Amino acid sequence: MTRIRFAQAITQALDEEMALDEQVILLGEDIGRPGGSFGITKGLLDKYGADRVYDTPISEEAIVGAALGSSMMGARPVVEIMFNDFVVLAMDQIVNQAAKIHYMTGGRLAAPLVIRMLCGTNGSTAAQHSQSLEAWFTHVPGLKVVAPSTPEDAKAFLKAAIRDPDPVMFFEQRMLYNTKGEVPGEVEPATLGEGRVVREGTDVTIATYMKGVHQALEAAETLEQEGISVEVWDVRSLVPFDRDGLRASLEKTGRLVTLHEAVVRGGFGAEIAAIAAEEMFDLLKAPVARVGALATPHAYAPQLESTMLPSVARVVDAVRSVVGERAKVA
Amino acid sequence: MTTAVGERLDAEVLVGLYERMLLIRRFEERASEYRLAGHIPGFLHPCIGQEASAVGTCAALRPDDVILSTHRGHGHMLARGADPGRMYAELYARTEGYNRSKGGSLHMIDTELGFLGANGIVGGGIPIAGGAALQQKRRGQGGVAVSFFGDGAVNQGAFHEVLNLCSLWKLPAIFVCENNLYGEFTSQAEQAPVPDVADRAAAYAMPGVIADGNDVLDVREKVLEAVGRARAGDGPTLVECKTYRHRGHYEGDMCTYRPEGELEQWLERDPIVTFPARLASEFGVAAEQLEAVRSRVEQRLDDAAAFAAAGTVADPSETLTDVYVDDIDGKALR
Repeated sequence: MTRIRFAQAITQALDEEMALDEQVILLGEDIGRPGGSFGITKGLLDKYGADRVYDTPISEEAIVGAALGSSMMGARPVVEIMFNDFVVLAMDQIVNQAAKIHYMTGGRLAAPLVIRMLCGTNGSTAAQHSQSLEAWFTHVPGLKVVAPSTPEDAKAFLKAAIRDPDPVMFFEQRMLYNTKGEVPGEVEPATLGEGRVVREGTDVTIATYMKGVHQALEAAETLEQEGISVEVWDVRSLVPFDRDGLRASLEKTGRLVTLHEAVVRGGFGAEIAAIAAEEMFDLLKAPVARVGALATPHAYAPQLESTMLPSVARVVDAVRSVVGERAKVA
Repeated sequence: MTTAVGERLDAEVLVGLYERMLLIRRFEERASEYRLAGHIPGFLHPCIGQEASAVGTCAALRPDDVILSTHRGHGHMLARGADPGRMYAELYARTEGYNRSKGGSLHMIDTELGFLGANGIVGGGIPIAGGAALQQKRRGQGGVAVSFFGDGAVNQGAFHEVLNLCSLWKLPAIFVCENNLYGEFTSQAEQAPVPDVADRAAAYAMPGVIADGNDVLDVREKVLEAVGRARAGDGPTLVECKTYRHRGHYEGDMCTYRPEGELEQWLERDPIVTFPARLASEFGVAAEQLEAVRSRVEQRLDDAAAFAAAGTVADPSETLTDVYVDDIDGKALR
């Protein structure tokens, strides 16, 4: 085991997969010599050459198209989109083309590509460099959506995404890049569609992902002192989603809070809540609570942005409220 | 005859080009009838009038080249050698169709022919063609990627991004603009201030050439030159084929937006009429030979339509297959 940063784990996954398969190629803005805006691909151009690492013009649609067209002919491209806010410029290629190519062609073509995207705020990054747009992609059949919270998961899930035969949208939360975690010497690819219990508890499940996992753990500490036992369940893979994992957790706790940095309205928490309400209603002792950003663009001013973002205090309040519901029902 | 690029074409090859064009024309005319008869549930965007640009382009290609097409793509696919029976089967929504009835006209493919798809989005195939050209270059076998699109697509951002990228990286791409003078229901002149699409190539430091899109030999020659540059590593070319669609944007469009007399003028340059006349007068092809082509085409399309009509309707259980290559035990389908 070594302790590495989340960002390093991403680099290692890319490096190891590139070494294993010469069809793994990288495409993105500034990813050559500069190593990308966040240094993730630093050194890979020198190591693998210009026919493996393509530093592109600022042309998101052409970049994703290049990944898609080459993937249909045998390449395994990994695209870096600097901020997920910029992915909107490539939406036709992702939503109308890559997501549907396998289905539209009756299974005769496939698009085994990965789109890595930075998401979330880094503090005063304002309205166009801070969003968390993962839920959009869960709405499109044909795409898989992954959102890891730890260095080990980042590495294992990125390796899985690169080897996966379908298009995978891979979210990397900016605030996690410098967080550290233990990573084994050999990391096997993860299995998409498996959540993970990060902390065991008996009263409330917080279903969350990316930075939310860390906030949930903090909230759990506070709540433990109040005698509330919180289970933190890391979704990890939004599509496919681990229904069995959610059920197993709710069987223990009977209460659910969802948490993500994305705006609550239409966020993935709504999907988790709906799954629980539709399929696990018998397990629920209280209404589900959702925590996420308020329905406003990200403000530049720190005090405005912090009002908008989900805080640990808000998570704690939400947990208290669902536990309070238990008291009323009882 | 000897072409400008110095190769000899014998009469057999020329008659073959005519046969392909006629196959496309009759395929489209019959598709229109089959749709009216209720056999075809979806959209049709016929390429009637544009057969020469499709056949001329594909006649310049090798088997390892690939093609990305448009919503008006039947002609490109037939020009590449696709089976009209499997195409009709797809239009009839039968599982014997090219896409097992999951795509229809707008998404048809034939991977064995390197035909990587029609496209339902105007300009949507251009970025994919860029990627196909990238992979052709990585393979290093000299293969090229052809991107067909219309005059409407050149006003999409994708066109600009991809031509820039492909020229920058000297990718073996051929951008074939079939300028049929209309983007949907609006004339090209009302959509762009640049009448010659080929002029736009200058912005990307690539050659831009104009072909008579109704002359199959001119198209073939211009595309051959472009393909030659691409295979030699000299990068992409924009080839503009000036042509005209005789029918509307889609079957059922009454074309009320056309100036009076415009269609009639273009009908005089109809490649299905002018090319066989040339074959007879310039190349001495006998009338019986042309007649034989016509009956072969009709026979082939009779068989194709019968094949489609006898096809299988997909079982509802197939609704959820092919969404993913690996749906992870069905988890990704919920």
